Amino acid sequence: MAITGVLRPGHVVIRVLEMAPALKHYIDVLGLTEVARDKKGRVFLKAWDEHDHHSVVLREADEAGMDYMGWKVDSPATLKSLAKDIEKSKLCSDLEWIPAGEHPETGERFRFTIPTGHVMELYADKKYVGNGCGTDGTNVNPDPWPDGQHGIAPSRFDHCLLYGDDLDGTVKLFCEVLGFSLTEQIVTKADPTFKIGAFLTCSNKAHDVAFIRQPVKGKFHHASFELGSWEKVLRAGDILSRNKTSIDIGPTRHGITRGETIYFFDPSGNRNEVFAGGYIHYPDRPAITWYDESLGPAIFYHDRKLNEAFLSVFT
Amino acid sequence: MIHRVSIENTAESFACAEDVHVLAAMEQARCHGIPVGCRNGGCGACKVRVAAGNFHTKKMNRAVISAAEEADGCVLACKLYPQGDITVKALGRVWGPGTVRKSASFSLDFTRPALSSQPDKET
Repeated sequence: MAITGVLRPGHVVIRVLEMAPALKHYIDVLGLTEVARDKKGRVFLKAWDEHDHHSVVLREADEAGMDYMGWKVDSPATLKSLAKDIEKSKLCSDLEWIPAGEHPETGERFRFTIPTGHVMELYADKKYVGNGCGTDGTNVNPDPWPDGQHGIAPSRFDHCLLYGDDLDGTVKLFCEVLGFSLTEQIVTKADPTFKIGAFLTCSNKAHDVAFIRQPVKGKFHHASFELGSWEKVLRAGDILSRNKTSIDIGPTRHGITRGETIYFFDPSGNRNEVFAGGYIHYPDRPAITWYDESLGPAIFYHDRKLNEAFLSVFT
Repeated sequence: MIHRVSIENTAESFACAEDVHVLAAMEQARCHGIPVGCRNGGCGACKVRVAAGNFHTKKMNRAVISAAEEADGCVLACKLYPQGDITVKALGRVWGPGTVRKSASFSLDFTRPALSSQPDKET
């Protein structure tokens, strides 16, 4: 089955308390590249192997957390059709079209608030700027990776984990309206129909977004960036320690998705992750279920228990 | 200048330089009276009330410290810099083992201090 409809997480807009230390973190330590700034003071960044103009947007604000997450869809026709489907589903609120150009080099976006209180967007167009690997023009005779990498240098913005209350409504929206698949779920053993966590994919990845049920609206647990190997996750830990970045946990392994991971915090307390590994998802792959009693190894497979911060530290 | 920070709840005290935040000094001293979260002014885990002493603070996430709370002497220990000996009281959160409950208002060991913008912790 080809990947159609919603293609991937395309951008995440993160609120930071102060822009200067945030840029030092996201550029010098994490290793993203600045591509643009706008009149509102927002800074647009990308990871090295992304071809689109930007994937991470930083906005200075009094509150930390996530403004919204944007999803790239395969065509303007799909964008119109999914916008209608979202409206028809009656699962979302605050439906709104954002005009082209509000994000630089980006077409119109359809914005909506999902049942867990998070603001999401769909869009079809964003300028290709390339990954800088082509030696005889963009995408011609490429090298495997570009010169000039700095910091941890993940290849891409990969997914977010978000906390919210109406998990069932959000899962219904993603699976029945937006065409996602459930790859893994955490349920109570007493009532296996009661979901605590849902890991959802629109692609071949183990997750493109995940949600955990908590009695809050619109909260942000982490934004994650992909690395090519476990060794690079270890190297990320070295870079974080060298820069005295606040590390949450890791390097370690998740039971869920099998990813190798390190969690750390940006200077505003927003959690980031860099990870490697996981598996390839196909639509016929059975969903994995974890019972609540195994939440420890599901989240941190080596420690087999949650750390203090996992459930209660978010922005 | 090195100052003394005392935590009322646990009767711990430790030294803290003026240019080091109280949470870092606490961790350095291997004290545990204030919960440690993001260490960067975002999550609110280390919320304390300064009971006595002079201090200054850096910018904190307004979602976890309201203006009213800040006016009332509540601050995040990770953004708190002593300018003399100070006494603080850790506010509320008790870290517990992960427990999972199911009820009308389900909560996964939701131990973050309640905020005005959030539902109260299930009891």
